[in-house]
Amino acid sequence: MSEMVTLTIDGIEVKAPAGSTVLEAAKSVGINIPTLCFLKDINEIGACRMCVVDVGARSLQAACVYPVSEGLKVITNSPKVREARRVTLELILSNHERKCLTCVRSENCELQRLAKDLNVGDIRFDGENKHYPLDDLSPSIVRDPNKCVLCRRCVSVCKYVQTVSAIETNERGFDTIVSSPFDMALKDTPCVNCGQCINVCPVGALREKDDTDKVWEAIANPELHVVVQTAPAVRVAIGEEFGLPIGTRCTGKMVAALKRLGFDKVFDTDTAADLTIMEEGTELIERIKNGGKLPLITSCSPGWIKFCEHNYPDLLDNLSTCKSPQNMFGAVIKSYYAEKMGIDPSKIFVVSVMPCTAKKFEVQRPELSSTGYPDVDVSITTRELARMIKEAGIDFNSLPDENFDDPMGEASGAGVIFGATGGVMEAALRTVVDVLTGKDNDNIEYKSVRGVEGVKVTEVQVPGGPTLRAAVAHGLGNARKLLEQVRNGEEQYHFIEIMACPGGCVNGGGQPIQPASVRNAIDIRAERAKAIYNEDEALTVRKSHKNPRMMKIYEEFLEKPGSHKAHDLLHTHYTARENYPEECSRL
Amino acid sequence: MIYRSHVLVCGGTGCTASKSMDIIDELNKLIRENKIDNEVKVIHTGCFGLCEKGPIVVIYPEGATYSRVTVEDAREIVEEHLVKGRIVKRLLLGDKDAEDVSKALEDVGFFKHQVRIALRNCGVINPENIEEYIARDGYRALGKVLTEMTPEQVIDTIKKSGLRGRGGAGFPTGLKWEFAAKAKGDQKYVCCNADEGDPGAFMDRSILEGDPHTVLEAMAIAGYAIGANQGFIYVRAEYPIAVSRLETAIKQAREYGLLGKNIFGTDFSFDIELRLGAGAFVCGEETALMTSIEGKRGEPRPRPPFPANKGLWQKPTILNNVETYANIPVIILKGPEWFTGIGTEKSKGTKVFAMGGKINNTGLVEIPMGTTVREMIYDIGGGIPGGKKFKAVQTGGPSGGCIPASLMDTPIDYDNLLAIGSMMGSGGFIVMDEDTCMVDIAKFFLEFTVDESCGKCPPCRIGTKRMYEILDRITKGQGQDGDIEKLELLARNICSSALCGLGQTAPNPILSTLRYFRDEYEAHIYEKRCPAGVCKDLLRYVIDEDKCKGCSLCARKCPVNAISGEVKKTYRIDAEKCIKCGACLEACKFGAVKKMA
Repeated sequence: MSEMVTLTIDGIEVKAPAGSTVLEAAKSVGINIPTLCFLKDINEIGACRMCVVDVGARSLQAACVYPVSEGLKVITNSPKVREARRVTLELILSNHERKCLTCVRSENCELQRLAKDLNVGDIRFDGENKHYPLDDLSPSIVRDPNKCVLCRRCVSVCKYVQTVSAIETNERGFDTIVSSPFDMALKDTPCVNCGQCINVCPVGALREKDDTDKVWEAIANPELHVVVQTAPAVRVAIGEEFGLPIGTRCTGKMVAALKRLGFDKVFDTDTAADLTIMEEGTELIERIKNGGKLPLITSCSPGWIKFCEHNYPDLLDNLSTCKSPQNMFGAVIKSYYAEKMGIDPSKIFVVSVMPCTAKKFEVQRPELSSTGYPDVDVSITTRELARMIKEAGIDFNSLPDENFDDPMGEASGAGVIFGATGGVMEAALRTVVDVLTGKDNDNIEYKSVRGVEGVKVTEVQVPGGPTLRAAVAHGLGNARKLLEQVRNGEEQYHFIEIMACPGGCVNGGGQPIQPASVRNAIDIRAERAKAIYNEDEALTVRKSHKNPRMMKIYEEFLEKPGSHKAHDLLHTHYTARENYPEECSRL
Repeated sequence: MIYRSHVLVCGGTGCTASKSMDIIDELNKLIRENKIDNEVKVIHTGCFGLCEKGPIVVIYPEGATYSRVTVEDAREIVEEHLVKGRIVKRLLLGDKDAEDVSKALEDVGFFKHQVRIALRNCGVINPENIEEYIARDGYRALGKVLTEMTPEQVIDTIKKSGLRGRGGAGFPTGLKWEFAAKAKGDQKYVCCNADEGDPGAFMDRSILEGDPHTVLEAMAIAGYAIGANQGFIYVRAEYPIAVSRLETAIKQAREYGLLGKNIFGTDFSFDIELRLGAGAFVCGEETALMTSIEGKRGEPRPRPPFPANKGLWQKPTILNNVETYANIPVIILKGPEWFTGIGTEKSKGTKVFAMGGKINNTGLVEIPMGTTVREMIYDIGGGIPGGKKFKAVQTGGPSGGCIPASLMDTPIDYDNLLAIGSMMGSGGFIVMDEDTCMVDIAKFFLEFTVDESCGKCPPCRIGTKRMYEILDRITKGQGQDGDIEKLELLARNICSSALCGLGQTAPNPILSTLRYFRDEYEAHIYEKRCPAGVCKDLLRYVIDEDKCKGCSLCARKCPVNAISGEVKKTYRIDAEKCIKCGACLEACKFGAVKKMA
């Protein structure tokens, strides 16, 4: 327990741990100091000046970074403080494209909220406004600098959390802009499309590329057989878009809503996750047995894959050749399912609902079209699905629970936990240990790989077999730390799981956006993950290889894991990519 | 070798620009031709300060100071003065009829009122020769602290001297050092702020160019005092001469064992590296400077934590300005009591000012604290050109404010300047005469801050821009009722809530001109009139029919054919076409063209 200090905030005596901030101390006594740029652990730079308070110094201080100290006297609510905040906010608004009615973030906008909370009536300081072109060339992310408030949360998350640095603060003064180096389009940078920048943006300056029109169009096309698949992390987060508490499981309602939207079949990506485990587990066992390249690194996260292609081209051979569950699913639908149903695969339209913006990039990869058609036609995010449900007038919260369709509607608990960091590792271990021991082991919960710690290392002693060394990293900064150790030979592992987003898919770049006020107070990654693990526990089949539906696919079609056919349909390859063009480094 | 004459030629930036290096070459050539190169030595020095009169050449032992010397003058100087011993009176700066030329120079107001501590070696030594610095007691202070004093005694000496930071805010230097000395840390740093950026200020450049070793010595002393073994000088890349002299000085100091390991045979090791700034004004702010040294975008960060506890790379760091450092060795050698004997109660010692604007003696002056604005302008500066009336002086650069003529007798020190709405700043001293529009001046300084805002916090990024837009409207005759109040509202809140000192002081030029020249703002807004006749959009040129002789000169000079008439009759200006360039006013020999405010 750290040392406590006593200070006074607006006349209230407060005890707070030394090293904590005035913002935190104020919150503990029910004083909400407004913030805009502040995002706990990610962006603590005191830049926006919305949280200024009077500590008796010559100028007002930013409460978000001002440390508490013994005897400190803080005033958060005086004419001087209120005026300073209001003027600053009006200045920000004076240079903000105020097209709130048609903004994707309307009603979920932190700036709008501030304007309301601070009782801004008129904006007294109108003047020049900058007009920038949209950067909407990326398949995943749209940047709109006209709405940017330069809080820099996106820059911090991209640079420090993800260590990608695709965007930076450029120019200065009134010309300051968050943009890519050399004014490149985002798509030409090493951006991995993870969308974490979108999740932290307080306004509508960053958003996903909206593909809902393509989905509506496909549904309306009588020629097309439109199937939809939903990733595990979607069901534990979509409720937030409809006002349900964070971590509410909405699987049944989500399925019901998808059916009402008009999809011909509603399937579960988790089935394909089980398929992934069979393929990847087999790959792992083979590599261990045959002296193949180790560590084997998971390949489910498309943000991570692109990051690896840019930053660790030397480790591409370590990547599992397995496609991500999304694409395995699409390939199976356009082959096995098409055959079974007697539908021409050219008439099948596969939509995926993902917690992820990088999936939009992934579906465009030319190598991911094993059947001659793209595995997946359109990938939309959890947020886009919610928008479609709202547009269709579906009262989500009053929907009955419904079940996924056959034959791709049944998954094991192992498939479900893919949605959280450590989940792929745990799912794989459940199967690999059974295969290696030839037994149905009861001990299936690998809690050491769960949780939000950045890098998790575990050793699993296979009874009568080898000791497997495994590591899990989530968030690309953590991945980088782990991989540097692997590269330098400091650490050796058999198996590594990497998910691009901090917390894994539950906190993917396509998930419902929670404002800083929520993110600063609770760990949404942990709350959503809890729901994932609850769903796993509620299932009777919790190991991929015990999923009867999936095993039937092998029996009827794929023969066995790692078969020639499985390789054709379910595996892929990777390409090394440069970070920035050579000439940039010479500038 | 001992020479009978030393010829000191200013090698500062101003004189170098006026070909002082060519003068040196020519002098050397002629000295060789006259075969006196065993007797006469030519030395290039740092700045003498009287840049207005450069290039400056001083010849000792006579102390004859020649001004505005050209390459062509070199022959006369060599043949008359150096060969025949006859002073070239036409080039003398001081009293041209005086018998004793060196005394005459001291009588020149420009030098007479100065006390040179920080600039003590500028214009005296060859800055590229460490031995000349050593001969002027250089590195003796470092030797003294390393062999005779404890770090606590060093800090105590600086505290007792009352030395305050010369970079702007005037924070007590000794206190700063004490904080850093007390801060816990395995690694500490000493930094020098040589990112001089105030428009018109060049004292730091002059010290670096004229006496680089004094900065190195002082930084080593600071390193000893706080327990640091590494120093960084953050210097603008736009100061190439300063950079090259610093590089030379560091190399020489290392060769002489005055930087590096076990200095003076003690356990103390200290080294210095240069870091070049890319020209952002904000990098003169201490946290931005350190962020820039770290290789990041140069932007300020909130304090606390203060650099003394968490500075460069999160380690305890002190950062002082060049001029502050230049005072340190002298204080160590002469003692704090000597230093406190100079200056005012709360501002000890001297301050170097860069005098510019509407003043006769543009240049660099070092005055004891407490000198009045009047003395600066009339005794040292030589008054206003053209006999115009003094209106105001802007001190402290874009963060400072205007001091009006009514406050001319204010003794200059940190606290007095703050009290009258300006500040010391780094020592900019820009003089304005009666023809200066104070709204226009405020706009000028604000434009600078708008350009130089780093963009991190909205009050500075957007607020200064909005203030600029309002001022721009006012000077264009589009001012509205309520504009002054809006400016005051913005200014008040930018001061209170901007992130760093640059933003917090950005409104000062507006606040001080509003305080002393509010009537000028009102004239612009309510009467659409610029009393000083500066704001183009509020001016009108007319031809006085009584005075016009019909010579047609104005019509011929007018670049837009706005003037028409018949020869020998009167001419008139078409206000619609007139672009208010003033060419007609300059051309008219009869005073018939008038500028109407």
